[in-house]
Amino acid sequence: MSEIVEYFPAILQGSLLTLKVALLSLVLAVLLGLTGAAARLSTTRWLRFPAVTYTTLIRGMPDLVLMLLVFYGGQLIINDIADRFEIEPFDLDPFVAGVSTIGFIFGAYFTETFRGAFMAVPSGQMEAARAYGMNRWQVFQRILFPQMLRHALPGIGNNWQVLLKSTAIVSMIGLTDMTLLADQAGRTTHQPFIFYSIVAAIYLIFTAVSGWGIVRLERHYSVGVRRATL
Amino acid sequence: MLDFAIIIDSLPDFARGTLLSLQLMALSLLAGFIAALPLAVARSSSSVLLSRSVGFYTYIFRGTPMLVQLLLIYYGLSQFEWMQRGWEEGNVVLLLFREPFFCAWLAFALNTTAYTTEIFAGVFKNTPLGEIEAGRAAGMTHFTLLRRIVIPAGLRRAIPTYSNEVILMLQGSAIASAVTLVDLTGAARYVYSRHFAPFEAFIFAGIIYMVLTFFLVGIFRFAELRWLAHLRPRS
Repeated sequence: MSEIVEYFPAILQGSLLTLKVALLSLVLAVLLGLTGAAARLSTTRWLRFPAVTYTTLIRGMPDLVLMLLVFYGGQLIINDIADRFEIEPFDLDPFVAGVSTIGFIFGAYFTETFRGAFMAVPSGQMEAARAYGMNRWQVFQRILFPQMLRHALPGIGNNWQVLLKSTAIVSMIGLTDMTLLADQAGRTTHQPFIFYSIVAAIYLIFTAVSGWGIVRLERHYSVGVRRATL
Repeated sequence: MLDFAIIIDSLPDFARGTLLSLQLMALSLLAGFIAALPLAVARSSSSVLLSRSVGFYTYIFRGTPMLVQLLLIYYGLSQFEWMQRGWEEGNVVLLLFREPFFCAWLAFALNTTAYTTEIFAGVFKNTPLGEIEAGRAAGMTHFTLLRRIVIPAGLRRAIPTYSNEVILMLQGSAIASAVTLVDLTGAARYVYSRHFAPFEAFIFAGIIYMVLTFFLVGIFRFAELRWLAHLRPRS
């Protein structure tokens, strides 16, 4: 029992790192998703093509394979460049590799979510806004974005829950998140079950709180929409 | 660019890994499908106790990462004395928990059962009321109604969502290398460490995963044409 108390603060610390990885990846993924959706909906073929390739490639392979590719491949590239310019090579930070990979992967999923949501906004809304003399940015910010968000929220919530759980794989490239800390604590105390259960419980709390938050957000952005009842 | 000599030299490793990944995926999906059918009926039943207790199981398994579930089963269970005693005494069932393949299968199967249960329960609950009324009017018992109306019609409507779950399972199985299994990702990690060639190893593995994914997408597109033809928009 005393051993559990001893390692518990470290695991809590690790859970903050997990949360940090998840939130930073989310920011990156949303930015990539908005860019990707804009490119996919563009009338220019040269913008549509790379966006389609991006979403197809990313969704075709496991996140772990991509993460290992970025982590080990990135290190090799750094070494090569350092060699060429005759400087001391530095180690690729697993935190940077983890966040950029997860952000890059979920950017593809957010691209699809936002694309569908943008298409769901009636085009009459945009025409009306243009008729009022709004410029493109005003149309986007006042009309398109808030209405798009209502359609995108279920997808965003879903992606966020999957993203949150996929942060566990950063432990496989050596980032000391709570899964890796639980692994270490379990080895030293010979009580791996207890420590993995703690990690599972923390993840469960994260997903439960997120689920609650998403419901609140959906309610907020659906104000003024009447739901059909039988 | 890519050194194809390394890839060709490692083809047998990749082939064995792919086979193991496919085996794991197919066996977990099979178990998940069989287990999810009765669980989904229970989850969509009007009995609150039955529905909530299945809901509790799916909540736990859908709310935690599959990697943690896998580590919990393979490394976690070994901490218990009854487990260690069972191993010493040669208990056949408990000895299974020392096998990484069995543990990976169990973790994946429990995980996909949870997701599949929710998918199936969702479509069962959406059975048109008229179909159930018609079945009752024809004198069907509750079980016959499930067997002849609710389950077959529901499974058809579940095909598009279930295909996502199958693809997630293929990609999710990549974590099997965390418990020393040499699946496709494990093979790529082995090739990387032997030749120090991350691009050859992981890009080639990624391509194999992608081909398998597209193959599965194709199968499900065919299944939708076959079993969901009545729901296609008329031209």
